Amino acid sequence: MNALPQSADFAPPEAAAKAPAIRLERLGKTFDPAVGPVLDDISLTVGQGDIYGIIGRSGAGKSTLVRCINRLERPTTGRVLVADRDITALAGAELRSARRDIGMIFQHFNLLSSRTVAGNVALPLEVAGLSRAEIAGRIPPLLDLVGLADKAASYPSELSGGQKQRVGIARALATNPSVLLCDEATSALDPETTEQILSLLRDINRRLGLTIVLITHEMQVVRDIASHVAVLERGRLIEEGVTFDVLAFPKSAVARSFLSGLVAHELPPPVERRLRAAPGPDTDPVLRIVFSGDYAHQPVIADLIHRFPVEPNILFGRIDYVGDRPLGVLTLALGNGEAHLSAIVGHLAALGLHAEVIGHVSRLP
Amino acid sequence: MFLGFLSPALASLLLDSLTQTAVMVSVSAVLALVLGLPLGVLLVVTTPGHIFARPLLNRVVGTFVNLIRSTPFIIMMVAIIPLTRLLVGTSVGTSAAIVPLTVAITPLFARLAETAMREVDRGLIEAAEAIGATPFQIIVKVIIPEALPGIVAGVTVTLVSLVGYSTMAGTVGGGGLGDLGIRYGYQRFMPEVMLVVVAILVVLVQVIQLAGDRAAFAVNHRLARRRNSR
Repeated sequence: MNALPQSADFAPPEAAAKAPAIRLERLGKTFDPAVGPVLDDISLTVGQGDIYGIIGRSGAGKSTLVRCINRLERPTTGRVLVADRDITALAGAELRSARRDIGMIFQHFNLLSSRTVAGNVALPLEVAGLSRAEIAGRIPPLLDLVGLADKAASYPSELSGGQKQRVGIARALATNPSVLLCDEATSALDPETTEQILSLLRDINRRLGLTIVLITHEMQVVRDIASHVAVLERGRLIEEGVTFDVLAFPKSAVARSFLSGLVAHELPPPVERRLRAAPGPDTDPVLRIVFSGDYAHQPVIADLIHRFPVEPNILFGRIDYVGDRPLGVLTLALGNGEAHLSAIVGHLAALGLHAEVIGHVSRLP
Repeated sequence: MFLGFLSPALASLLLDSLTQTAVMVSVSAVLALVLGLPLGVLLVVTTPGHIFARPLLNRVVGTFVNLIRSTPFIIMMVAIIPLTRLLVGTSVGTSAAIVPLTVAITPLFARLAETAMREVDRGLIEAAEAIGATPFQIIVKVIIPEALPGIVAGVTVTLVSLVGYSTMAGTVGGGGLGDLGIRYGYQRFMPEVMLVVVAILVVLVQVIQLAGDRAAFAVNHRLARRRNSR
């Protein structure tokens, strides 16, 4: 089948015209030369209004990467451009003013225990030199935005984790930044609260056109809100693209393993053990079919039975939603299918489905 | 009055001594706070990796602070007499005692404040850096307010230590309760004077500790309080 036409089809139409919000150019960071680079030659572009997910295992360098964007970490090599401004070249007052255009939220919220909710949200405004009256006027809409209007006088110790992160978001947005960095912002939250925070971020992204970069080790987070995703492994960028494409057709083993809990790219071990590489006289072919977008709802199995003298047997499968679009991966053993294999694959490709023979299984007696 | 069992002369002497102690402790405490807090801040922020990393300065200041702290107070009082004379014009009396008291107690408070401020979560400082705060803003808006419960506890310890140090002020004619106890209670064999002096000191320390604990609790918002509304 031809080289994945999906990206072009699914990318938003204005993608080509969008100015980049953030560009990383050959970014490298080495803390200890003896250990080697923590970030190695990373180049990527985040479009304006994108929600860009960076996923990696712990120690992959994702936290360092996101900290290079607002220069909490100074890159060893390469450049970071935010709104075409070279952050790496800035220092002192210029750097501080550039940082006011980049909001950041943290895994452990990092709220001041000595200040109330309103006081925490006021901090970036005080730092920016706004008058008391201006600050007082800016706080209520910010608290409204994150749904904490009634908590203005509470201290962080009186809030739940989700509420604390909402304060973090309000604080990050106080100076009207164009970019929001999220450093494992939902990792300390339970699944339900995570969902609420993600939907708040998505809402803010849509309403304010805010560009969001989020790093996470949870693929669900990427699936739920990221329009683009980059996979980081040992300081290197190993895969990058539109989220749906990376989820549907991961190229790297690392990406596939991240996806295993979400998309059925990898077979469970008992099924995997039965697979053989070569066909034999008593084997059935095993086909992996990726249903994406509009094709996900087709009655493919019924169609196969109808057209070919085969007995499809589902070994493994799952349908998930990426954003609003269904993504299914189905692994079938085709009883009596060896003889018709190329015709079947051709037929599926003609339907617009990605089908791939991943092995053969012995027919059960 | 509770001092009724003492002669009127002694009672008035006791009141004078109490006043002298109060003056010495309060003046040198205020000076120690004013000088010690910036010194503590300096010790924290100049640490390698902190917001104003100056390793050499940090080591020099740290060594200087240790030097003062390792000098016994009784020796310090006489050793810095030239400085005392320079600052207050005399080397004897209550105001002369304030100089060595301040010099001796400032490093203690600086260290206590430093310890409290070092405990401030790096994440909070990082969050402040991320919103574009200057080092000065980070110190004033983040580090000191967040460390305030610990700093207040440090003030309490400093005050209690000051009460103890001030009892040695008699060495330079500073007067105070300690001096009274030694001169009357010990040298003139008047154990009841000694007893009263010690009792007053005990009460004084208890009051300081209690007030300090209350103040530290009042400025601490790290733990959720039970509110009437819930």
